[in-house]
Amino acid sequence: MLQQAVEVILMRQLASYLAMPIFLVDPGGNLLFYNEPAEALLGHRYGETGEMPLAEWAQIFQPTSADGSPLPPEALPLVIALQQHRAAHLAFQIRGLDGVHRMIEATAFPLEGHGGRHLGAVAIFWEVSPS
Amino acid sequence: MRVTLWGTRGSLAVPGLETVRYGGNTSCVEVRGDDGTLVVLDAGTGIRRLGEAVTSEVRRIDILLTHLHMDHIQGLGFFEPLIRPDQEVHIWGPPSTTLNLRSRLARYLSPPLFPIRLRDLPCRLTFHDVPLGGFEIGRLQITTALVIHPGPTVGYRIVENNASLAYLPDHEPALGVDHFPGEPGWTSGFALAAGVDLLIHDAQFTADEYLLHVGWGHSALPQTIAFATKAAVKRLVPFHHDPAHSDQVLDRLFEEVCSASALPFELTPGNEGASFQLGKPRLA
Repeated sequence: MLQQAVEVILMRQLASYLAMPIFLVDPGGNLLFYNEPAEALLGHRYGETGEMPLAEWAQIFQPTSADGSPLPPEALPLVIALQQHRAAHLAFQIRGLDGVHRMIEATAFPLEGHGGRHLGAVAIFWEVSPS
Repeated sequence: MRVTLWGTRGSLAVPGLETVRYGGNTSCVEVRGDDGTLVVLDAGTGIRRLGEAVTSEVRRIDILLTHLHMDHIQGLGFFEPLIRPDQEVHIWGPPSTTLNLRSRLARYLSPPLFPIRLRDLPCRLTFHDVPLGGFEIGRLQITTALVIHPGPTVGYRIVENNASLAYLPDHEPALGVDHFPGEPGWTSGFALAAGVDLLIHDAQFTADEYLLHVGWGHSALPQTIAFATKAAVKRLVPFHHDPAHSDQVLDRLFEEVCSASALPFELTPGNEGASFQLGKPRLA
């Protein structure tokens, strides 16, 4: 059993109460949780997806830039927040597991605990109309 | 190790005829290692009487604070060993990104709230941020983690040989959880409490009272029972009793819990003065 840090537990609980899509990963980038509003955009229930390594979720949603060119993991806001410990923002397209392409904007920020503990990162995202 | 309760009350000291048995002093627990190592968990008003019982043969005292709410530090200035010139005292508390522990405690231990300043205490006083993870004091192996309570709050697990204690006096692991307790890894404090011989845990409210105090950082007794069951502890000591709960009320609450169903652990209500030997007693 991996005991999650209390900040991560509270972040998940907060996310589960909020109406905006939220995606939570651990320091290694492993998906820990996404909430119900995120399920609508990702096209799959979290309970069916479960925890997932970075390499998998960074590809499974097929992120592409607005012009359709593939985005490498290191260009994604969540990965930037995780690896560079700073906030990041980007508009890009994903393909949900329901097969629907959606244009989204995502803002990600790192979760930094007391004592210099890197706890993971969080992305808040929402669907936007293609410009 | 031996564990003794010197203060079991939550939030506010409530001396009086109606609290004689469970006690009116706020949180303070003495942990004595088999080699005589003295660790004090929290410095509520109960620490005053403990101070009178600490002989000058004890060269070092470590006070581990869970957090800095008033009911957990109020007795500190009345802990007699602090005015012994040769006494070595170490105070440990949760880390902060703004002020160090000495500065945060000095907000209380200085005029106008207190007549004496920390720097004027004659003992040899050292302050430490609690390392989140683990450390050792004497032969006591101490594991720490932040737990759910307003403001940074540390829970402790103390192990000596095969004996184990978990101390979570202010803890609301059910906050925001639809079906408590959930998965162990996503339950605050679970790893600290898992399988311990003795769990001292917040049980401030009744189930009805909890509904009026969600987010205050405390547990209802049924939540504490559920947490202890999930963590498979051997003995539970409900602790941090609400100031409004008289001996009579607490008797009734614990009787109701014990008669409702068979518990998978021994339940011993937190009485001031209660003492527990964990593991084999030290040979004289």
